[in-house]
Amino acid sequence: MVHVSRCNKKGDQQAVDPILQSIWPIIRDGVPTTILLTLGLLGLGLLAGFPLAFAQVYGYRPLRWLCKAYEQFFRGIPALVLILIFHSGLARSFNILLPTFTSALIALGLRSSAYQSQIFRGAIQAVSSGQMLAARSIGMSKLQAIRHIILPQAFRLSIPAWTNEYSSVLKDTSLASAIGVVELMKKTTLLMPTIQNTLGARWILVLLVVAALIYLVLTYAGNWGLGFLENRVRIPGFEMKGGVER
Amino acid sequence: MEGTNKQDADRIVLRVQDVHKAYGDNEVLRGVSCELARGETKVVIGPSGTGKSTLLRCINQLTIPDAGHVWLGNTEITCKDCDINQVRSQIGFVFQSFNLFTHMNALGNVRIGPMKVKRMDKASATKLAREELERVGLSAKADAFPAELSGGQQQRVSIARALAMFPQLILFDEPTSALDPELIGEVLAVMINLAKDGMTMLVVSHEMGFARSVADEIIFMEEGRVLEQGPPAQLFTRAKHDRTKQFLHKIAELYGE
Repeated sequence: MVHVSRCNKKGDQQAVDPILQSIWPIIRDGVPTTILLTLGLLGLGLLAGFPLAFAQVYGYRPLRWLCKAYEQFFRGIPALVLILIFHSGLARSFNILLPTFTSALIALGLRSSAYQSQIFRGAIQAVSSGQMLAARSIGMSKLQAIRHIILPQAFRLSIPAWTNEYSSVLKDTSLASAIGVVELMKKTTLLMPTIQNTLGARWILVLLVVAALIYLVLTYAGNWGLGFLENRVRIPGFEMKGGVER
Repeated sequence: MEGTNKQDADRIVLRVQDVHKAYGDNEVLRGVSCELARGETKVVIGPSGTGKSTLLRCINQLTIPDAGHVWLGNTEITCKDCDINQVRSQIGFVFQSFNLFTHMNALGNVRIGPMKVKRMDKASATKLAREELERVGLSAKADAFPAELSGGQQQRVSIARALAMFPQLILFDEPTSALDPELIGEVLAVMINLAKDGMTMLVVSHEMGFARSVADEIIFMEEGRVLEQGPPAQLFTRAKHDRTKQFLHKIAELYGE
């Protein structure tokens, strides 16, 4: 038993080395781009999504319709199609050649803004209408009421759904590889020929599992961080838990 | 004669004149008029769906009346060009469901109005808020969040929140209707003290004990109109309308008075 395992260990050692050696380039070249793209598109989505949500709840009717149309449009198109539109589409039809990273950032950011607007709209509408009434009754303007009363509550209510959005877009960034952004996925595919040549085709799976594990770690780390934030800003009466214990 | 009118005008804090409000075909208010002089407490009673709450909301324009006028002191507040936020800051409103700001503790709830609406600095606003909490007997609960307070305590905080704005009058919309019977007393006690301190109050409530002992006048509303009004003693013993008698009798039966 011991003998066999020792034997295997020696045989694997030769195979594992190229895999181990490929992890570092993925982390060094791919992960930062993936993280940057994720944070960038989330930020863009947040910047556009928040006003969109408020416009949808408090805006005048034409504005509401406009925001609704925007949201439906960007939620109704596959991420990959959007990325291609903002890269190849713009380049071929209008001669606007954006850097691949920028194209992916804009395409995924706009898409995320549509999803995030729905997260925030739900959160704003989950704040009881009495809060606005009470704020106005002490003489706050609508804007003051939104800023001081509605927003801080909606913010807390939106963290769980926003955590979900993070997990979702983090993995969507892999689609940016289609236009040549060298992020985690693209870097992995670039390493495939080397692995195949040195170890054989069946080791490609191991390489992909490595990439998958890195995504898993990034997702987990982000969710952990956002869970920490959720706890930090927790206030009695805002627990997102049912009171039922059994 | 002229002199008395002038004096009256100075004493009048709130004047409501012929206010109408309809939701679609449903005419909730069909011409309501009333007046409150400084320091007066009036209690509005009447069957549900009569427009009592709508009347209060029409007064501080949380609901815009279809027709009619409301004056706060000498200023008409129903005209379009008046600064409604400035007006509202002078009219306290206490809700049936408290509506405390959920994300702030008691102190924060009382402090936010003076700070954001009146631009008071934080230290002074905090001091003021502590005083108002003291006034409703809740100094010890300054750090508690609404979810950590009982209904009665929440309502007292909401009264403190209204008081911190130094309002000319406070509107109470069924302030004890959402409370457990045991908690009603503590809120009424605060309101009785306010009345004694000379606060002007318009109270929608069916607490007859409160009405009897504190109200200068009871306003009986039915079907969007003021059917009858007068001092409690008069209404309880010699109401002019049978409908008023009937209603008071029913209430008395229900609450055992």
